[in-house]
Amino acid sequence: MDQFIINLLFVGGSFALYIGIAIWAKAGSTSDFYVASGGVHPITNGAAIGADWMSAASFISMAGLIAAGGYANSTFLMGWTGGYVLLAMLLAPYLRKFGKFTVPEFIGDRFYSKNARFVAVACLIVASVTYVIGQMAGAGVAFSRFLEVDSTTGLMIAAVVVFIYAVMGGMKGITYTQVAQYCVLIIAYTIPAVFISLQLTGNPLPPLGLFSTHVESGVPLLEKLDQVITDLGFRDYTADVDNKLNMVLFTLSLMIGTAGLPHVIIRFFTVPKVADARWSAGWALVFIALLYLTAPAVASMARLNLMTTIYPEGVDGQAIQYDERPQWIQEWEVTGLIQFNDKNSDGRIQFYNEGNADFAEEAASRGWEGNEFTYNNDILVLANPEIANLPGWVVGLIAAGGLAAALSTAAGLLLAISSAVSHDLIKGAFKPDISEKGELLAARISMAAAIVVATYLGANPPGFAAQVVALAFGIAAASLFPALMMGIFSKRVNNKGAIAGMLAGLGSTLVYIFIFLGWFFIPGTNNLANTPDNWLLGISPLSFGAVGAMINFAVAFAVSNATEEPPVEIQELVESVRYPRGAGGATGH
Amino acid sequence: MSGHDYDSVSYWKANLRLIFGSLIVWALVSYGFAILLRPMLAGIPIGGTDLGFWFAQQGSILTFIGLIFHYAWRMNRLDEKFGVKED
Repeated sequence: MDQFIINLLFVGGSFALYIGIAIWAKAGSTSDFYVASGGVHPITNGAAIGADWMSAASFISMAGLIAAGGYANSTFLMGWTGGYVLLAMLLAPYLRKFGKFTVPEFIGDRFYSKNARFVAVACLIVASVTYVIGQMAGAGVAFSRFLEVDSTTGLMIAAVVVFIYAVMGGMKGITYTQVAQYCVLIIAYTIPAVFISLQLTGNPLPPLGLFSTHVESGVPLLEKLDQVITDLGFRDYTADVDNKLNMVLFTLSLMIGTAGLPHVIIRFFTVPKVADARWSAGWALVFIALLYLTAPAVASMARLNLMTTIYPEGVDGQAIQYDERPQWIQEWEVTGLIQFNDKNSDGRIQFYNEGNADFAEEAASRGWEGNEFTYNNDILVLANPEIANLPGWVVGLIAAGGLAAALSTAAGLLLAISSAVSHDLIKGAFKPDISEKGELLAARISMAAAIVVATYLGANPPGFAAQVVALAFGIAAASLFPALMMGIFSKRVNNKGAIAGMLAGLGSTLVYIFIFLGWFFIPGTNNLANTPDNWLLGISPLSFGAVGAMINFAVAFAVSNATEEPPVEIQELVESVRYPRGAGGATGH
Repeated sequence: MSGHDYDSVSYWKANLRLIFGSLIVWALVSYGFAILLRPMLAGIPIGGTDLGFWFAQQGSILTFIGLIFHYAWRMNRLDEKFGVKED
């Protein structure tokens, strides 16, 4: 059967499933729409959190990043999982006990200030909108490669599907489609990995295969990979890094950013009890770990397979003839994500690290005149089954999996945005007497509007698309996480302290990012070149969220201690969120 | 605290102790073994590389899972012991 038909069957079948679930789980009340009436089982919620959290970045990009950076990019693995420890112990159970619909609502009530609530809404919208652009763009790439439509048409299809199940079902529809999407994406991710691990190491479990012996050469896989890539002048895959401070702060920024992202936090409002919030954090991490333990294996194995494809006689032998390149290279060349430039006109694909001065002599002696092969990190997972010559149905599965990852995260983000608009802005500020029906309608309209904006930005991504994900984590880390944590663990932090802290954390992080990446990401407006020499103490702009969070904590405590204590009823509110007893269902009142 | 029929102060202190202990382990496996202390663990080989690499790509994630389930289980027991369990 034609590959296109297979892809169409897998993607079309999965979409039909999501829409079927949405029709079954239609939302009838605001409580259904915002928190699925608080009736979701903790294991179900764990799977939904897994899909909600694992975005196009986790599914498509992460293994490619690890393949390129080796040990140094382990930061993503630790950073994007360690945040769940913080969620389970520092935020989720207490916010569940508080029992309201949105994250800004807690900040507004705890710090008895509408301004604090608005600052939180602004942080939430900026973080979530920037994040959703990446999801829509990722869905566009998957569509254009696998369904042979242009990416704008692909985006429109994705938008219509999300529109149907998110607007109709709200949180209830999203929860159950996310569970289905989790199943699709984890099967799609692990099946090719199992085949490849078997081929290379004889071990069917990829995480064990990573540390097993490479069958063909008889040496451990990672040792083999180190040999192959260092022979081409690349950096040792398992090499240690020099700038440990930056590595620690980047990991910390990802962890507290993860814990502070509103679309993840609101998923904990959907379980019936405080104890369930704790359990579902654990289940979420189990479901996430299935992919996160597979990813580093996929990364190293795909990198090795790529090298073997290009140097079929080994790296000391001749590189492959361009005319004999495999089908998958030809297909990705069409998208521009793989590029070949025959610099020495010998008709072969020389792929090596031309930036390595120590390797230049050997390259010259072999008649190489520069690296001739470049590939985008994002293609590694999507091309993985084809690199390993797996059957066509595995390729179709990967297409459905990549789309499931992008759409499930997009839906979660869109719900966080629409509930902030309809519940925190419309009901909270402009029209407090809005009826239940009116609010549900407002929530649906704001969801539809958010989808239109996200689709537009996904089709016309701003020039800073690559930086915006860092911005989302920076904002969540520096503004929302500290405010939420202090709201629970301190009775002394007051309205003035919390607002000053959020603004100081957010402001310092934005300024540091803008200095290096350009003011509001406008190219050419950066004050300093974005190179490690210029960074303060070697801290990269992507790692600054952790520093911003520390500034937030320090300012909030200093200002609170210089001003009056919070009123007694607020101290009682803090007291009440700390004890599970008396938690009802989430309410909007 | 007034208005409660249970020892809320001790419950909260026990929770904070448990969180503190868990976060020490959390930091030790990730920031410690996987990053800062990696050179000290370089002598322990594992599958073609060293123990620090294993912690960075697998060990820390497995530890995180263990920590959350341990915390959830201990907190359930504390909820019961102090009588603050939900109805």
